[in-house]
Parts: sequence; structure tokens; C-alpha cells
Amino acid sequence: MATPSSRRLETSKVQVSTHFLRKREMINQVARYILMLAAIISVLVTVGIVYVLLSEALVFFEQVSVWEFVSSTSWTPMFSRPTFGIWPLLSGTIVVSGIALAVSIPFGLILSVYLSEYANPKVRETVKPILELLEGVPTVVYGYFALIVVTPLLQTFLPGLPGFNMLAPGLVMGIMILPYTTSLSEDAMRAVPNSMREGAYALGYSRFHTATKVVIPAAMSGITAAFILAMSRAVGETMVVAIAAGQMPNFTFNPMEGAATITTFIVQVSMGDVSHGSIAYLSIFAAGMVLFLLTLIFNLIGFYLRKRYRQAY
Amino acid sequence: MKTLSENIKSGIDYASLSRKNRSRDIIFASLGIIVLFIAITTLVALFLDLAVRGAPRLTDPDFYTSFPSRRPLDAGILSAWVGTIMVMLVTAVIAVPLGIAAGLYLEEYASKNWLTDVIEVNVSNLAGVPSIVYGLLALGLFVQTFGMGETVLVAGLVLSLLILPIIIVSTRESIRSIPSELREAAYGLGANQWQTMAMYIIPAAKPGIITGAIVGLSRAIGETAPIITIGALSFIAFLPQSPVSGDFPFISFEWLNSGFTVMPIQMYGWVSRPQADFQITAAAAGVVLIVMTLMMNALAIYIRYRARK
Amino acid sequence: MNGMSKFQTTVQDGSEKPVRKASEHLDHWYLEPDSPTRAKVSNLKFWYGDGTQAIDDVSMPLIDKKVTALIGPSGCGKSTFLRCFNRMHDLYPGVRYSGEINLFPEDENLINLDPNIVRMRVGMVFQKPNPFPKSIYENVVAGLRIRGITKRSLLDEIVEDSLSKAALWDEVKDRLHQPALSMSGGQQQRLCIARALAVEPEILLLDEPTSALDPIATAKVEDLINKLAGDVTVLIVTHNMQQAARISDYTAYMYLGKLIEYNKTNDLFTAPKCQRTEDYITGRFG
Repeated sequence: MATPSSRRLETSKVQVSTHFLRKREMINQVARYILMLAAIISVLVTVGIVYVLLSEALVFFEQVSVWEFVSSTSWTPMFSRPTFGIWPLLSGTIVVSGIALAVSIPFGLILSVYLSEYANPKVRETVKPILELLEGVPTVVYGYFALIVVTPLLQTFLPGLPGFNMLAPGLVMGIMILPYTTSLSEDAMRAVPNSMREGAYALGYSRFHTATKVVIPAAMSGITAAFILAMSRAVGETMVVAIAAGQMPNFTFNPMEGAATITTFIVQVSMGDVSHGSIAYLSIFAAGMVLFLLTLIFNLIGFYLRKRYRQAY
Repeated sequence: MKTLSENIKSGIDYASLSRKNRSRDIIFASLGIIVLFIAITTLVALFLDLAVRGAPRLTDPDFYTSFPSRRPLDAGILSAWVGTIMVMLVTAVIAVPLGIAAGLYLEEYASKNWLTDVIEVNVSNLAGVPSIVYGLLALGLFVQTFGMGETVLVAGLVLSLLILPIIIVSTRESIRSIPSELREAAYGLGANQWQTMAMYIIPAAKPGIITGAIVGLSRAIGETAPIITIGALSFIAFLPQSPVSGDFPFISFEWLNSGFTVMPIQMYGWVSRPQADFQITAAAAGVVLIVMTLMMNALAIYIRYRARK
Repeated sequence: MNGMSKFQTTVQDGSEKPVRKASEHLDHWYLEPDSPTRAKVSNLKFWYGDGTQAIDDVSMPLIDKKVTALIGPSGCGKSTFLRCFNRMHDLYPGVRYSGEINLFPEDENLINLDPNIVRMRVGMVFQKPNPFPKSIYENVVAGLRIRGITKRSLLDEIVEDSLSKAALWDEVKDRLHQPALSMSGGQQQRLCIARALAVEPEILLLDEPTSALDPIATAKVEDLINKLAGDVTVLIVTHNMQQAARISDYTAYMYLGKLIEYNKTNDLFTAPKCQRTEDYITGRFG
């Protein structure tokens, strides 16, 4: 009785058929479930990652003690008597991403303050595409650049620098992730309401004071999030290091030496001829699990902080 | 007797304060410009070095039509660029509809419940998972468990999963940028969710959605690590079977199961060779790779620019 | 027709004096309606998703083919109340209604209907003109397409009909296929009215339709609303008391989510029964 078609006067031109309404609702429901399926597939990707890493890593840890994995400082999976201490890979990862962050954090902070507080819109519009360009260059090209251009350049200042070292890829990676760090921290500063800036200017603050005393403190959680997410990016970066740092596991914190990272070890094993189920094959999943956990922790902290600043303003 | 505020005022040297502030501002602005300069220099140095070093190979037409070779100056990128196009085709066919659909669901249909929360946290986390971990997923699941081998299909699959979060996020952002008035106008006329989405939201968000998809695909072109992990080789001296043939049924999907190489893998293979001449080939491959990604980015920027007008 | 509401019976059953103190919240009805009721609101309460109550126990009739204006200071809930009529609030999570809005002659409570069906029956025009980024023609037929009506000759007929009703036909008949966004703000708003009229709504809701328009465009829209009276049941929210006086037959004054007074426009403005109404319309507050 409530259907519009029965309700409409016979004279009305706008007659809606109940058949059409039923069809429309059916399409709506079908669309809802198809789209939902697509969204659920994205969850299955995570489930797949966790499943693969866990199942292979568990087999690995049946053969290698967890204690050896977390305490030994020797990583020689290809030797006839292999050792599996994660520390040489971790040290390489820490040194390379440490250098990258030492470049990217101050540069990113300066650039984002410059863009959000100093630069006029015209400059901003020109800088954005340049940063996008910098971000668009494939990482393998950055690896080439670190090995073929930056290392020889550094060798003119540091004569003892070997061809494979952690310094060059670290520096290049710092520039490589600069667009990422910059845009994240600029977002955080843009989120600071203009009324706060106006309040500062009304008190006679200079631009510099407004930026350092008002905007940066107000955007602090967002800026921290940017750096933590940059850290996650640096730790997971593969090709620059694989090409320019050599792939020899080396327990050292000296950036002048070559070393392997967690990611480059996985590349090294994948490039070789390693049979399925062998201990070397399994070891890349154990290494991958460490990498996944590290980045997961960084990402979760980063997202939590970002969410907080978005709610704050 | 002066008042307190008069005392304070007379104690302040406005001229010197303003000078000091201005010089601070200038120092800071110059710092910003210096950082910008470093970034631009890196970019220019990188392009120049690749172009100059790779010039001898880039100007040789054989470079584009030859297979890789043990002799650096005979080596070409034929199998690599063909492989890249085929892998990108698979990636686009899988990732673009899947990513857009998931983005549409989250913006248009998802109600506030635990499942939506799980999906949202999951998508933002996936965006931060290192690419090589996707490679491990593909190695453990597609190559080993499903026994699919090191094929074009597997490479396309892993790159699809990798760029899925990028496409989901950009789809959501372009839908969110549509003014709520449009949505209310459609619902106000009696449209249901499907009609509002299909007739009004998608057309309005289309430029943004397409741009996001292209940006995602251009990221996939340059990805190396996950393809290495599934075991792709850099020395491939054959092409996958052509998807179109003269005989019935004219279209073949055999190429999906073919071995392959792609541009970044080819370049990596050459960079890691000790012979200096291979650096030339690598540089030339780098130029081609960058041109490919730049062309896609330029297309994205053009679409965004046209939509704004 | 069993559509005559109880409310009217109450009014008629009362003596020549208006109904008073029927219940605590009905004491603001002072009118004797001169035509049937199109809709009747009974004890309507509404809560937003964050739990704030925006409508507190409002009851009033909506008289058929008359213009009813909702006035009151900003934040009094008049727009919120209007948006209950086509369940616009249901687009946002967590909202809650209690009470009834009954549509006549069926006597169906629209709070219990499918919101999409409610919006098919009750049209709405928004504060800011919001034509779709399509042609003028496509904007007018948008509601018909949504209802699955595709017969070209019928569409053409309705386009001319609705644009004429919206006093827009002469201005745009030669450029029906040009983008709607190329029109002036006032034309866009009249186009939105034509778009709503094209589907023959049982009630037409206007949410401050002239607040984004200049005085000349406002005058045209007001003329148009005056012409609609007698043809369409209109409920309009306005922030402008003069506008309410100019265009409406009935006026309801709301304050803090409550209905304070509801009467024929002329009576409400010349002889308000409540002190608070008088304070508001004489400009002593608000």
C-alpha cells in the first residue's frame, strides 16, 4: 500500500514502477557486496603476509635456536656450518637508515617550515612537482647513482673509502626519502589553524618566532609521526643499499665499511640459486619477519600520532 | 613619573629588534632554499650522469631491439621493455578495479563497525609495508605454495598487491574532496547509494581516481625488490608469446605463464656487473626507465590540471 | 477521505476559541486551518550522532498546498526540523528520531519508511544552489532518471513544465544543453527548485533558499514561492522574518529545539500569543 506507484494519482506524470525500485535496490545490494569483497581482499593481503612469514619462520626456528638468532653477531647462512645471528644485518640496517635519517630529518624539517611558513604560493607550486619528480625516480636508479656517482665523489674527500660502503647509499637514501618526510611534516604544519599564527603575529612575533615557538610545537606530534614513518621507509628500503653497500654481512657500525642489511640479505639469497625448504631459503623469511615487525611498530606509532593531530585540530 | 608600559616601551629598541628578526628570517629562508638546491642538484646530477654516460647506447637503435648479451655493447633492453609492458598490463587489470572498488566501499557503503575499522587500519598499515615483504609473500604463496613459478602473472600480482593501498587511499581522497552538497543533492532527490555513487560521485571524482591509479602504476614500473624476490632473472633472451595470434581463437593468455624480465631488474643486473662497459648499458636502461615513469607522472599531472579547469 | 487528522477534529471540536493546553506541548496551536492537513508532526524528538538533542517534542500540522515558514534564532533547530521531513539526517551515522511525522492521506509515519522512498516523496532545495555539474536539461530530469523514467517525450514535457513553474523557461529554453554551472546563482537556485518540482513532490522543503542570493535574485525566488502556493505544499526555513511575512501562509516560531508558537502568518506577526514570540518578532532578542 505504501509503494509510490499505488499512491500516485492516476493523473500524475511521474509514475514510479515498483519493479524499477526492486531492481534498483537489488543492484545496490549486489554492488555493496562486490565492493565489500574488494575491501576484504586488502585484509587478506595482510593475512597472507603474516601467514607466509610466520609459517616459514617457524620452520626456520625449528632448526635454529631463537637465542642464537637474537644474540649471535655472526650471519653466515651460506657456509657449510651456517650461523644465524641477526646482529650483522641489524647493524647494517641501523647505520644506513641512521645516515639517511640524519640527512632527511633536518632537511625535511627545514624544507617543510620553509614551504608552509615562508614560501609564497607560487614557489610552493613549483617546488611540489620537483619533489614529486624526486619521489618518482625508481630506487634502482638511486642505487646506481650512489654506486657510480656519489661513492667516487666521496672518495675524493675520503681516500680510504671502499667502493662498497654504507655512507653513500645512506646519503642518497636521505635525499630519496626527503619528499616523503617533507610532505608529511608540511601536512602537520598546515593542520595548525591559522588563528594560532595570527595570534602570534598579533603579539608582534616574527615569522621565525611564529614558526619555531608556535607552529612547530603545535605540530609536534605530526612532525614526530613524519619522522617515524620516514624511519620505517628507510629500514625497508632495499635497492639503494643492495647496489651500493655490497651485500656482505658485517657486524660494524662504521659507515665507511660495506655491509648487508635485512633487505639486501633477502635480495642476495633470492638472486642466488637457493632450493625451496633449505635453511638459507627459510632464513630470508625469518629476516623478513624481523623487518615486517620493525616497520609495523613504526607504522602503528606513526599512524597513532597522525590520527591524534588530525583530531586535535 | 612614567607608567610601567612607557618604561617597557622606552627600553625596547624597535629598530634593532626588527633588524634582528629580519636577519633571522633571511637566514632561515636561505636555509630552506639551500636544502631545495641540494635536492634539485641531486636530481639534475642524476639525470645528467645517466644521460651522458648512457648516450652511446641510447642513440643506438639496436639497444631497443636486442636481447641482453654477454658483450656489454651488444646488450639491449628488448625483453625488458616488453616484459615491463606485460607486467604493467596485469598489474593495471588487477590493481585498478580492486583498489577503486575497495576505496568506494570504504567511502560510500562502509558503516561504522569493527570490520570497517579492521579494513581501515589494514590499508594504512599495508601502505607502509616494505616492498620486499610483498616479494616474500609472492615467493612463499604464489611461487612455492601455489606452484605458479616466476611468471608475468606472479609479477603482475605482487605489484598489484603492492600498489593496492596507494590506489585505495587516492580513490578515497578524491571522493572525499567532492563537496557534500553534491551528495546531498542526489540523496535529496531520492537516489539510493548506488545511484548517488554511479551517477554523481564517480563522474565527479573520476579525474582524481584516474590520477591516483596512474601514480600507483608509475610506482610499480620502478619496483625492483619484490620482483627479485620471486626469482626473476635479468638474462632473458626470448619474448613471452604474443597475446594476439593469427589463428583461432586469436587471443592467447600463454604469455601470463611465461618467464620475463623487467626494466629495473635489467638495470640492476647490469649495475652489478664488474665490467665498466656495463655501467653504460645500465645508465641507458636507467634513462629509459625514468622516461617511462616520467611519462606516466606527466599524464597524471595533465589529467589533474585539465580537471581543475 | 479518512485523511482528516485527529488534530483537526480537536480544533473543530473546540469552541470558537483555539485549542489550549491540550497537552503541555500543544499549547502553541492557535490556528483554524482552512484546508486539509498534508502532514502531521507528533511529539517529534531528534538526536544527532554525538547525542545532542536538537528537536524537543515538536508537534504541528503542515497544511496542504500552503506555504509554512519556520522562523527562529540561528541554532534553534529549524533547519534540523526541516531535514527530518526527508530523512536527510540519515546520511550521517548515529542519528535518532522519536515521535511521528505522518503523511496524509495515507497516514504513514515517514520515520518508519525507507529514507530513499521518503526522499522520493518529499523534495528539497538547499541553502546553497547545488545543481549537478551537468547540463540544465539533465539537472531537471535528474530526479526522473533516478526513478527509472526514461521516455524522451515525457522528459521533454516535464522539463518545459517544471522550468515554467520555476519561472526559468524563458531564460533558458535556448540553452537547455549548456552546463548548469554557467548560470547565475539565482538561476541555479530556481533550477534546483525546478529539479525538485519535476518529480511532483508531496511536500517541498526549502532550507533558507535565498540566503546565498543577492536581493534581486531573492525577489525572483520569493515571487516563485508565492506562485507555488495553492499548488504545492511548501515548508520553508528562513532567517528573515520579513521574508516569512511576505511569502508564507502559516508560520512556526522555534526556539531551542521547541516549537513556541504556530499560527497563520498574519496572526502570528500582528498578534503573537506568546511573550517570547513577541520579543523575537519585535527584535527584542534573537
